Amino acid sequence: MFESFDFDVIRRSLAYLFFDGMTFTLTLTGLAALGGLIFGTLIALMRLSGLPLLGRIAGLYVDLMRSLPLVLVIFWFYFLVPYIGQWLTGSSRPVRVGAFASSLVTFVLFEAAYFAEIMRAGIQSISKGQPAAAQALGLTYSQTMRYIVLPQAFRNMVPVLLTQTIVLFQDTSLVYVLSIPDFLGAASKVAQRDGRLVEMYLFAAAVYFIISCVASFGVRQLQSRIAVMR
Amino acid sequence: MGFAYVEFFRNMPLLVQLFIWFFVLPELLPRSWGLWLKQMPHAPFYTAAIGIGLFMSARVAEQTRAGINSLPRGQKLAATALGLTTAQTYAYVLLPMAFRIIMPPLTSEFLSTIKNTSVAITIGLIELTGEARAMQEFSFQVFEAFTAATVLYLLVNIVVVTAMRVLERAIAIAGYITGK
Repeated sequence: MFESFDFDVIRRSLAYLFFDGMTFTLTLTGLAALGGLIFGTLIALMRLSGLPLLGRIAGLYVDLMRSLPLVLVIFWFYFLVPYIGQWLTGSSRPVRVGAFASSLVTFVLFEAAYFAEIMRAGIQSISKGQPAAAQALGLTYSQTMRYIVLPQAFRNMVPVLLTQTIVLFQDTSLVYVLSIPDFLGAASKVAQRDGRLVEMYLFAAAVYFIISCVASFGVRQLQSRIAVMR
Repeated sequence: MGFAYVEFFRNMPLLVQLFIWFFVLPELLPRSWGLWLKQMPHAPFYTAAIGIGLFMSARVAEQTRAGINSLPRGQKLAATALGLTTAQTYAYVLLPMAFRIIMPPLTSEFLSTIKNTSVAITIGLIELTGEARAMQEFSFQVFEAFTAATVLYLLVNIVVVTAMRVLERAIAIAGYITGK
């Protein structure tokens, strides 16, 4: 069963897999998590702003994104982003957008919906007394949020945010549907070129498994440390 | 064992898991079995159904564990005191309560199962997203095809959420946390 295994194909493609593939995956994960967090926080603030229209829009956005499968959203943005670019820059033709930019926009906007829900929970977990005290001190709304509420909400939610980032890391493999060479895409390219599906897919699975396992173990450690601190 | 199962299925992207079931498994099995798997009609469908099923089972397992853990310890002790075996304790006392408690997270797991079926497009299964993609490729009507798929997904979501809410209300036990 394993006698025809060719480990050499993995060794030969290691450089390509990690320098091209993994770099793409990790950069995409990092930037998407950062962008998602920023947009997500804004959406959460819109939802909790108490203004009916803003809250309604933010709620709709979150519900819409969360009820669509990621693959469909990836396709949507892959075809939409050039037209959005055209509209933004006012040029006469759809803007040419690279694979990386397109998938980055997709993941930022998609993950923003998930991060928004996490940040909303975080903001709501802050006791009412905190913003009330900030207001009593004469801080404006933006000052209250920036110096009092958001730092605490963020700290409380760090483990959940990191867990969501691990999920995001796994989800980035779905850019495969656009034949973008992320880690899985690179593995599958080599696999199909050399006819070594078994070795390459098992190797990719092992790499994803190890990274996710180590990361979630780290999150668990962090969680217990934060729990003790409180 | 349960821990290893859950960790195994949760720490790998669903896409990679599907690839392993679809491309790798037939090669690793004895030759005749592998051949049978490859020649099976509707192979992508069965692979996707089983692959996504296993993937989601690990997540539902976590939810159920949380549900059972959230029950007061006295329930299990009382069941033991009544002379129920472990299997009976779970079947008649703990699980019926735990399932009612985890109804809301179970609903969202159900929804994500529906969403995850779209990943099966990668092993050549023409499901809703795949159908929209094919439509778009034949006709170049990008927006119409994807809008139709989006609306269908939203409709299915609404139906599931409503059905689960009705079910939740129907099985709620008066006076308990879930039976507000």
